[in-house]
Amino acid sequence: MTTAAISGIYFDNNATTMVAPEVVEAMLPYFTEQFGNPSSIHQFGNRVGLAIKQARAQVQALLGAEHDSEIVFTSCGTESDSTAILSALKVQPERREIITTVVEHPAILALCENLEKDGYKVHYLPVDGKGRLDLDAYQALLSERVAIVSVMWANNETGTLFPVLEMAEMAKAAGVLFHTDAVQAVGKIPIDLQSSAIDMLSLSGHKLHAPKGIGVLYLRRNTRFRPLLRGGHQERGRRAGTENSASIVALGKACELALAHMDRERNEVRALRDRLEQGILAVVPHCFVTGDPDNRLPNTANIAFEYIEGEAILLLLNKLGIAASSGSACTSGSLEPSHVMRAMGIPYTAAHGTTRFSLSRYNSLAEVERVIDAIPPIIAQLRKLSPYWGENGPIQDPEQAFAPAYA
Amino acid sequence: MASLIYLDHNATTPIAPEVLEAMLPWLREGFGNPGSDHPLGRAARAALDRARAQVAALIGATPDEVIFTASATEANNLALIGAARALAERGRHLITSAVDHPSVAAPLGHLAASGWELTVLPVNAEGRVDPADLTAALRPDTVLVSVMHANNEVGTLQPIAELAALARARSAVFHCDAAQSIGKIPVNVDALGVDLLTLAGHKFHAPKGIGALYRRAGIPLAPILFGAGQEGGLRPGTENVPYAVGLGAAAALAAGRLPALTERLTRQRDRLHATLAAAIPGLTLNGHPEARLPNTLSLAFPGVTGRDLLARAPRVAASLGAACHAGATAISGVLGAMGVDPARALGTVRLSLGAETTDAELDAAAAALIAAWRGLTAG
Repeated sequence: MTTAAISGIYFDNNATTMVAPEVVEAMLPYFTEQFGNPSSIHQFGNRVGLAIKQARAQVQALLGAEHDSEIVFTSCGTESDSTAILSALKVQPERREIITTVVEHPAILALCENLEKDGYKVHYLPVDGKGRLDLDAYQALLSERVAIVSVMWANNETGTLFPVLEMAEMAKAAGVLFHTDAVQAVGKIPIDLQSSAIDMLSLSGHKLHAPKGIGVLYLRRNTRFRPLLRGGHQERGRRAGTENSASIVALGKACELALAHMDRERNEVRALRDRLEQGILAVVPHCFVTGDPDNRLPNTANIAFEYIEGEAILLLLNKLGIAASSGSACTSGSLEPSHVMRAMGIPYTAAHGTTRFSLSRYNSLAEVERVIDAIPPIIAQLRKLSPYWGENGPIQDPEQAFAPAYA
Repeated sequence: MASLIYLDHNATTPIAPEVLEAMLPWLREGFGNPGSDHPLGRAARAALDRARAQVAALIGATPDEVIFTASATEANNLALIGAARALAERGRHLITSAVDHPSVAAPLGHLAASGWELTVLPVNAEGRVDPADLTAALRPDTVLVSVMHANNEVGTLQPIAELAALARARSAVFHCDAAQSIGKIPVNVDALGVDLLTLAGHKFHAPKGIGALYRRAGIPLAPILFGAGQEGGLRPGTENVPYAVGLGAAAALAAGRLPALTERLTRQRDRLHATLAAAIPGLTLNGHPEARLPNTLSLAFPGVTGRDLLARAPRVAASLGAACHAGATAISGVLGAMGVDPARALGTVRLSLGAETTDAELDAAAAALIAAWRGLTAG
């Protein structure tokens, strides 16, 4: 089954994914006969406890974690991120600095801005034009004043991968905790945490064909920890609240499927993405791929169409039943170019026209070909209306295009 | 084996078929992110808005006063830590009761260890807070009072309207954990006069993994999670659309069932109590005889432990203390706060009925419990 069967063409899998049909099936019994509270003493509760144990092992396997007790179920990636960073600060009150990057998700950036108000020093590593970090600059910031480094594994907008394995080793050598927001990476690229120096990792179920409302914080054994939510013994006292058993079971199933389909993500989905990108770039002038084309998620193509508005492209795509995005779903509606595009120094005439196509294993080559056919007329139509576009190409001085002339 | 008789609705409830039906489309074809600006995203946003209106209607609030959370525990943490932080400049004195749930007591305890002062109000033998005790405890620097609506273990209802009026007359914000009362009795935020109120989906036939915090417009609250600004910035994170829809459907269902359900549960529960009391001399009730949830029967069986009794009545699914404390051998804090002696506390079983509980099930449960008690006490 492809998403075309139910909802047109869905190329917005970095915003959220379709719940895999097998995942829905796996969770249904926990909405009906297996509704018990896993903490209860009777059989209703017992069986649910066993299902949660199995799901924990399935997540452990996808992450390559050494122990299943390192998997803490949360309600979402955002909760995992806040929990990880606030915990690191609480257990090391003498350390008042944080290292992160300028292109993180708002779940990290909004938290960091708030921590700055509380007097913490946050170092934001810049990126170059392809969204890459300078590891020498990072090395220079590592010190015993730093409580935690938080660097995303893969960028949600461009798919660019950061060298988190190497960065975690560098942090470890400096005696600094390392957290990675891996919500976009998990399920799309292989991960083996036991052979890494990563102390904490956030994942989000709805980015890998599990439902919204479930996430995980990976917490390496012996990492000092303070909970964010208090008031129950659940998750070994690390995350209070009656377990969301149906969604936990769903996430376990989704992780099992992701592991089984890893080669498909890395080969078939990549081939679809590459075909999409090449097909568009071959026919549409004045457009380019943002981020690092040689080092990114296999499913993500972020293309900047110069001299037009991304929102207008999306609107016309919607009319054809094609869903893609500009920026991230979390910040859409804003007319400003995304912080990721600005950080990479993409000129505003291009940053406004960036469109993200994010694929999944539920997409097909036929869908890709339909989008390749749909894009060129849309771009041509919009450029005819653009003040930055002349008869056959961009005007000489776009800066002057809107300058009013007074007599 | 005969099917289990589920009398543990205060621990969790089965999801209502109508609720599951409402949720499924949003787990299947309607999987969009409400933040996405395409038809799938906009459909999810509209579903979320409808659910918010349904929850608001159940408690007499406006939709923008409802914040979806992932659990009642999270709603309690957000309400207490969020309000305490937002009000820190006005004062740092907090008040709660001795019988509030751990998800209220623990964040308040954390605040008490971080520069706030906490007063814990006692309860009487029936589990009630005396409003005079609150009056005596209120100080000029009291900023927040949190008292649960109904107790999870014994079902005792607190005089929330009276307590909230006292607190608000002294400019303190009043939070009420209504996780146990929602869906069992009518709850209206204006009638209660509360500023913040916690709901738990899985206690009234929505799934585990969804809750809500009611926040009266204008009440100061700081977030405890940070991110992309969802739920007015007070609860960031991609919205759990199917579960929110489930909570909305459960709220609509509850609104349609009340107050008739309250009357039916009361009748069923009292009949069960009478049957057991007639056969078991010395059986005693924990909690308030009248001011109590209609579905809750916390009974101390004489001369036995609750654990042994339930082991001999395997068809009956019930709990000893709160479900959250299973595995711990300590006597429940709630019964302890009520001054229940240890022997009686050990003999206590909590039977909690639900909307789908039948008279026939209750007859079978009563027979099983009576037989178990007789078996344990014979000779």
